[in-house]
Amino acid sequence: MVNTKVNLLGLELDNPVIPASGTFGFGYEYAELYDINCLGSISFKGTTLESRFGNPTPRIAECTMGMINSVGLQNPGVYKVISEELPKLKAVYNKKVIANVGGFSIEEYQQCASLLDKEEQVGILEINISCPNLHAGGKNFGVSAEGAATVIEAVKKVTTKPVLAKLTPNVTDITEIALACEEAGADGISMINTLLGMRIDLKTKKPVIHNKMGGFSGPAILPVALRAVYQVYEKVNIPIVGMGGISSAKDVIEMMLAGATAVQVGAANLVNPYACRDIINELPAVMEKYNIKDLNEIIGGAH
Amino acid sequence: MTQGIYTVLSNKALTDSVYKMVLQGDTSALTAPGQFVNLTVEGCYLRRPISVFDWDENTVTIIYKVVGEGTEKMAKWQEGYECDVLVGLGNGFDMSKSGDAPVLIGGGVGIPPMFGLCKRLIAEGKKVKVILGFNKESEIFCKEDFESIGASVYVTTVDGSVGIKGFVTDALKNMTYTYFYTCGPMPMFKAIENTAVGGGQYSFEERMGCGFGACMGCSCKTKYGNKRICKDGPVLEREEIIW
Repeated sequence: MVNTKVNLLGLELDNPVIPASGTFGFGYEYAELYDINCLGSISFKGTTLESRFGNPTPRIAECTMGMINSVGLQNPGVYKVISEELPKLKAVYNKKVIANVGGFSIEEYQQCASLLDKEEQVGILEINISCPNLHAGGKNFGVSAEGAATVIEAVKKVTTKPVLAKLTPNVTDITEIALACEEAGADGISMINTLLGMRIDLKTKKPVIHNKMGGFSGPAILPVALRAVYQVYEKVNIPIVGMGGISSAKDVIEMMLAGATAVQVGAANLVNPYACRDIINELPAVMEKYNIKDLNEIIGGAH
Repeated sequence: MTQGIYTVLSNKALTDSVYKMVLQGDTSALTAPGQFVNLTVEGCYLRRPISVFDWDENTVTIIYKVVGEGTEKMAKWQEGYECDVLVGLGNGFDMSKSGDAPVLIGGGVGIPPMFGLCKRLIAEGKKVKVILGFNKESEIFCKEDFESIGASVYVTTVDGSVGIKGFVTDALKNMTYTYFYTCGPMPMFKAIENTAVGGGQYSFEERMGCGFGACMGCSCKTKYGNKRICKDGPVLEREEIIW
């Protein structure tokens, strides 16, 4: 018997596999297919204070071993998330979930986080700092150490639950941002969000995505994610939730060796709706194959 | 929705670029004409959503146009090839609103889902008219399929090589019907919206991520709120569409 249990910021997870925000909705589409209670936790659809339609379509483009999305945080807004979506999620999932919070101003992050903080179902808040700051010319909060720290510090003031700072990889030095978040009080780091990418349609000779650019995810970005997690693990003393291209149990182990305490699975859910379940099912055998008795022993093992 | 491994029973060219494929496997998730399947194509990251032409207890037939890398690969699948398919996606057409004499309007590769609908409406005793729009004679497919099940078929071609010269609306404008159902390209939809009378349903196409409602990649705004083309559609009612 191997041990797949990990402790993430006080939450006992049966396994480290968590569907990533934006690829799993509020869980119930997947609950039609399998019992999602096997999941370590769920990071639900990024939630903002007001409802958002998101960006114009096309919002999706295919890439070699990956995809680009520019959904643009479509969500029904925090009030509806709390009154409608979370009860539906609770009906199909009996563990604590991770609330992914977006915002376009410091005040919006605070309001949204404080409302979700009151939900018993929510175990951790994951703050997506990759949103454009509308008060600072639209530059993403998460691309500067100062912007990232300002958001995390503000959110920490209004919450009692552990806070993960979800980092964008589209920066010069991700360790600087991670350190700034740690200093601002983040309890953990989740990384990486998507890489900014583009595809051009040869027939129209224009970008495939309406907004021209979007977030690149999928197996192609795994090496970038591993590198970034490895670098950040060397610098911070708080746990890391690793993500970016994870599609198999082997990828989970690789990400944990780089320094992740738990992992998130994103794009893989969209091409194989059973991806998380399959990864969880194959994890014990893959651990045995590589002589791993307890996942906790391999966290950061590559260093 | 179900996921399974399906076996290709046949895969034949109907025109230069349009193919008909019969897949064998579990079809229990198909509940309405107008639904679609989502196929894994080796070497392509995302699945390929293709509308259902027809189905029975253990086969599902799709008709697709070769437009890119994924469909080029699909066209090469031989009898016996096994593929991973999500089946029974989307809402499909609501047949209860058809009235006694509906008209079905298909443009190009929007025609296939009209067949499964036509067959089931005729089985319910409805008198069905079908308008099939093409650019030219060499692109015509499926005309006989509709005729063989007893529909009144009207073909339009842009170049006038067969049937009525012009667009589907040139056939539609003088017709009487109780309701309409349509699938095809957006310019055709806009022409229909300006020509058709009474109620109807449009089946939309959009670039999709997952095809089952999780990624929000294919959302659209409607008068009744945001909808996902893959899950809440692809069929939308005329009255809810924002053009």
